[in-house]
Amino acid sequence: MSSGLYDLHKKDFDKTLDLTKLRPYGDTMNDGKVQLSFTLPVKDDERGEEAARQMAKAMGLEDVNVAFHNALDKEFTMYVVYGSCVHTVDYTGIQVQTVEEETMSMEEVDAYIKENIGRKIIVVGASTGTDAHTVGIDAVMNRKGFAGHYGLERYEMIEALNMGSQVPNEVFVEKAVAMHADVLLVSQTVTQKDVHIQNMTELIELLEAENLRDKFVVCCGGARITHELAKELGFDAGFGAGKFAEDVATFAVTEMVKRGVS
Amino acid sequence: MASKLNLNQELVNQARASAAKVAADVQGFIDLHTTVTVERAVCRLLGIDGVNDVEVPLPNVVVDHLVDKGVLGAGAAFYIGNAMLELHATPQEIAEKVSKGELDLTALPLHEVSEIQGAMKETAETTVARIRKNVEQRNAYLNEYGDKQGPLLYIIVATGNIYEDIVQAKAGAKQGADVIAVIRTTGQSLLDYVPYGATVEGFGGTYATQENFRLMREALDEVGREENRYIRLCNYCSGLCMPEIAAMGALERLDVMLNDALYGILFRDINMQRTLIDQYFSRVINGFAGVIINTGEDNYLTTADAVEEAHTVLASQFLNEQFALMAGLPEEQQGLGHAFEIAPDVENGFLYELAQAQMAREIFPKAPLKYMPPTKFMTGNIFRGHVQDALFNMVTVLTNQKIHLLGMMTEAIHTPFMSDRALAIENAQYIARTMKDLGDELVYKEGGIMQTRANEVLEKAAQLLKQIEEQGMFATLEAGTFADIKRPKDGGKGLAGVVAKEEAYFNPFIELMHVTKTGKEVG
Repeated sequence: MSSGLYDLHKKDFDKTLDLTKLRPYGDTMNDGKVQLSFTLPVKDDERGEEAARQMAKAMGLEDVNVAFHNALDKEFTMYVVYGSCVHTVDYTGIQVQTVEEETMSMEEVDAYIKENIGRKIIVVGASTGTDAHTVGIDAVMNRKGFAGHYGLERYEMIEALNMGSQVPNEVFVEKAVAMHADVLLVSQTVTQKDVHIQNMTELIELLEAENLRDKFVVCCGGARITHELAKELGFDAGFGAGKFAEDVATFAVTEMVKRGVS
Repeated sequence: MASKLNLNQELVNQARASAAKVAADVQGFIDLHTTVTVERAVCRLLGIDGVNDVEVPLPNVVVDHLVDKGVLGAGAAFYIGNAMLELHATPQEIAEKVSKGELDLTALPLHEVSEIQGAMKETAETTVARIRKNVEQRNAYLNEYGDKQGPLLYIIVATGNIYEDIVQAKAGAKQGADVIAVIRTTGQSLLDYVPYGATVEGFGGTYATQENFRLMREALDEVGREENRYIRLCNYCSGLCMPEIAAMGALERLDVMLNDALYGILFRDINMQRTLIDQYFSRVINGFAGVIINTGEDNYLTTADAVEEAHTVLASQFLNEQFALMAGLPEEQQGLGHAFEIAPDVENGFLYELAQAQMAREIFPKAPLKYMPPTKFMTGNIFRGHVQDALFNMVTVLTNQKIHLLGMMTEAIHTPFMSDRALAIENAQYIARTMKDLGDELVYKEGGIMQTRANEVLEKAAQLLKQIEEQGMFATLEAGTFADIKRPKDGGKGLAGVVAKEEAYFNPFIELMHVTKTGKEVG
């Protein structure tokens, strides 16, 4: 166990940043320090502690310090572990898909629609499948919005319908067709056992089967959703945590214009 | 208890009187109607259980049969009692015959209502005696172990598999949890039946079934014996089957039930007529069974702003209180809900939270208030999340909240790990210990931020209730006053299951269980 405040370890590694060999940063460049905690289904004793150390080593940590261990039950122990990760990643070679448009404000979006589309656009959103959570779709659509970002219902040039939660994909598509929607928004909060993937795939398949996929800009959102995952599943865009109504609106309207919708 | 907030007691009285009028007005409507789930609950209480060969529960089979014949308005008890007289069979035997297509309940010669009521008296009283025994058993445990002083720490298990839930629940109880809530599988609230048997598959939760209730009860009694504490069991008496879940909970000695008069209407888009009728019978049962109900006002703040809409929480608490009293459910069993949901970036937000929690405490002095942790502004930053939960824990201790739903630092990431729960319990216990009597030591500044805040919220709530009193409950829900959600009177799910009562209608269990009507005190 370390004494805590003063680190007396010799730091005999190269301390220059090399983006082709990126390592975690604790308090010194390239020290590789990470903190993690996990539970093992074993008794809280020396043997368990050693198991935690070996588990950390197997994860690629060296200088492992099991800082804390605590019995959660007779046969369950939680560990807090520190160590230096031996692995590196090449940051320079990383390509990520993100929604790239510069986000416009609500007023800018309204002006953009007036100028480039010339009519109100129609957005239909829902938390689909068995998902009962409305927190995501409400944050993007409800007038009040979230954390100071107004929702789509407040946009002058957007007619927004929030269908709420637990909307079956069939009902969702039916409504979209009936309303002549331009944009579909799908929110997924429950992601346990990947139920969202199954449900989102089903929506795209349904749209394709009905020859409707090209008629809509289709976006999805949720705390565990990335743009990359969305593209992979056949959506036009995906919005994760920290994205607001204006991010969604900006993407949707520029995508419509790109497609030449009028 | 002297008011720390210098609340305007006249406004409190006025708000309560408005809510009482609203509840009485709605009760007039409730008394004229029944629903499919109310009648299925009657079937269950008469001992009808099990499923047919395509997994349809027998209470549904019987009630659907009566709906098909267009006679549900007379009530399930009427036709089952009549068949008991004619066939000298038990309700279960009768249900099985209906299920096999061997019996048309409407084809039998009809007896007088008084004769039918007499015929089923013994069966109904047997069930009521079983529930009364459960109440006695709970009280015996509480006497033996002593009940916990201070907040009851409430944790959630939600694995989808009842046997895995039991492992998690036992570990949680040993770490110090006092109430174990088994979250239901996503979507169960919209099923118009209650699934049957032990279940091992669910999304985001576990099916509420009577067998799952029984299994968890048994496990918690066992861990309670080891720990020398009574561990309370909680489930969800909401959705399209409120009274049936209440009946199952009463039979299996659940202790706490989520049971709101308006929640299903607002957040599950269940038809308002349906929910208002259903909540009544469910609360009659919960009242009799000594179950503490938890109301869902905390949910308002997940969709509406916690600072601007605080008064709707208070108004709803008043309404829930009056609807509960109407059903004979005493104040001591009213776990009125509220939540710590003000955004962390609001200056003095903690003072507002503290003022609002203290206000609820003073306005509902006997209620075991249910206080919900931050969820809306939990971001995945688990380190800040643990601090938010600590602030929430402080409000509970300072204002003497009773049912304290533990905040998890991993909220918004995943259903809790075993370690998340242990850390949450440690956090709450640390604060409960180190600040135990701080609330008694504190007085709040005359005319200060907190007193001003509480009185503002009270005033707006009283105004809102006055408006609801004039407008009526149905029109209020249509206008979107609560949680910014509008619901049409004839919209939403479950309206087809609402039926006007006919002359012959009776529900033997309302007579036997309505605590104030029977004049018997339980619990």
